[in-house]
Amino acid sequence: MRKFLAKAYIWLILVVMYAPLVFIAIFSFTKSRVLGNWEGFSTDLYSNLITGNMQGNASLMAAVKNTLLIALVAAFVSMLLGTIAAIGIHNLHGKKKKAVTFLNNVPMINPDIITGVSLFLLFVFLGFSQGYLSVILAHITFCTPYVVLSVMPKLHSMNPNIYEAALDLGATPGQAFWKVMVPELKSGMLSGFILAFTMSLDDFAVTFFTRGTIGLDTLSTYIYTDARKGGLTPELRPLMTIIFLVVLILLIVINLRQAKAARAMEKKFKY
Amino acid sequence: MKKRSNWSLPYVLFMVIFVVLPLILILVYAFQDGQGRFTLANITKFFTDKDSLSTFAVSIEVALENTLLCILIGYPAAWILSRKEYNKSAVTIVLFIMPMWINALMRTLATAQLFTVLGVGLGKGTLLFGMVYDYLPFMIYPIYNVLSKMDKSYAEAAVDLGATPWRAFWKVTVPLSMPGVWSGVLMVFMPTVSTFAISEFLTNNKIKLFGTIIQENINSSMWNYGAALSFIMLIIIGISSLMTKDKEQAEGGLI
Repeated sequence: MRKFLAKAYIWLILVVMYAPLVFIAIFSFTKSRVLGNWEGFSTDLYSNLITGNMQGNASLMAAVKNTLLIALVAAFVSMLLGTIAAIGIHNLHGKKKKAVTFLNNVPMINPDIITGVSLFLLFVFLGFSQGYLSVILAHITFCTPYVVLSVMPKLHSMNPNIYEAALDLGATPGQAFWKVMVPELKSGMLSGFILAFTMSLDDFAVTFFTRGTIGLDTLSTYIYTDARKGGLTPELRPLMTIIFLVVLILLIVINLRQAKAARAMEKKFKY
Repeated sequence: MKKRSNWSLPYVLFMVIFVVLPLILILVYAFQDGQGRFTLANITKFFTDKDSLSTFAVSIEVALENTLLCILIGYPAAWILSRKEYNKSAVTIVLFIMPMWINALMRTLATAQLFTVLGVGLGKGTLLFGMVYDYLPFMIYPIYNVLSKMDKSYAEAAVDLGATPWRAFWKVTVPLSMPGVWSGVLMVFMPTVSTFAISEFLTNNKIKLFGTIIQENINSSMWNYGAALSFIMLIIIGISSLMTKDKEQAEGGLI
């Protein structure tokens, strides 16, 4: 009985949480412009999305491309900057280390809107024209701390002598970095990259304040403008459905693999 | 070991330009008038303007209610998820954290649309529902993390020593899980105060939150007043992170 109640509670929350997503997914299979009107089953919205032949505003696909481009560039630069920074911070001591670690925490504590407004003021103050570059710089600002946090634990568990050993054996610092450090830190860099990538994809507020007036739209700002105008572009429904499914499948695969690895570890330690 | 600490220099330089300087600029703009002269007018404007003050009060109220609801709904869920006898599958946990990885605007819009189609009038009720819906995973996940790592033998020891399971839960499990609750509070409270767009969608512009008036001022070129409002928000962040600082250890983790 208790078990039943516990399960029922969990599933009730899940059903309520997923109702809007399922609702969008169901109505992605009908052509109707207005959400909630069922005009028979059709996959037209999906094919519109692929061919780019939209009922609504065609700039949706441009927004999707911008979102991906900005996220890729920002995540990649954050990964490099954050990894090098983590190595530096790891070798700092005392007050200096505390100060830089604190600095690294600031963008994570700040709500998006503060990051957005403050960077907006920065670009205005510097007379920097706002567009792709300002958005990418802003994204690097709030993504890099997460890379630093992902790489730090790997540095703690790494033997500090192997880098020195490589240098002693005649490697140049560059070779020692790429052939010794990077392979050791790879998994931390990768999870930092993924974290940075998803943070950038999810962002709305920071992009909103730093994109300037050149008409640059990411998916979030596109949805915002579209919703304020009233009717949502119908092709957003299949797009959302695809995104939900991709994220869900990715997370399940990652977590099942982690669970498997954890179980394998447990077994190893038992015997 | 020599000089590798210098590797942090590019990042420090980057952070000074893109984090420290912008925050200083908020301060500078907050205490300037349109002509760049020093003034306290922006700050006094906030404390004398009824609209700003009531928006501020509503934001704090909504954020408190949202945080409380998230704890009330989320704690039991996290507890059940952390117990092996009720939940064996990693997939259920993924289902709970998945919304964290989806654009909040998209989820909010989906919720608002569902309300509209169901004929539910948009207002305070839908705002709270949507907020809980958006932020519940951020409360459940840190609590779940702490609970599932917690040594179960503490609670068992309490029961062995004669406590009822109920008493053991309140006196042992709950206090030990407080770091998770605090990191959940931090991840729910401040973001709720500062959201914009979300409250507009969920109430059809009827209820404004603090984030919305910051955005409106910045967008209508009232930079100085917008900066002053941001400055006030920064002070609240400072206070709330000081209050939770000792209580929350960095056990949260996002993946």
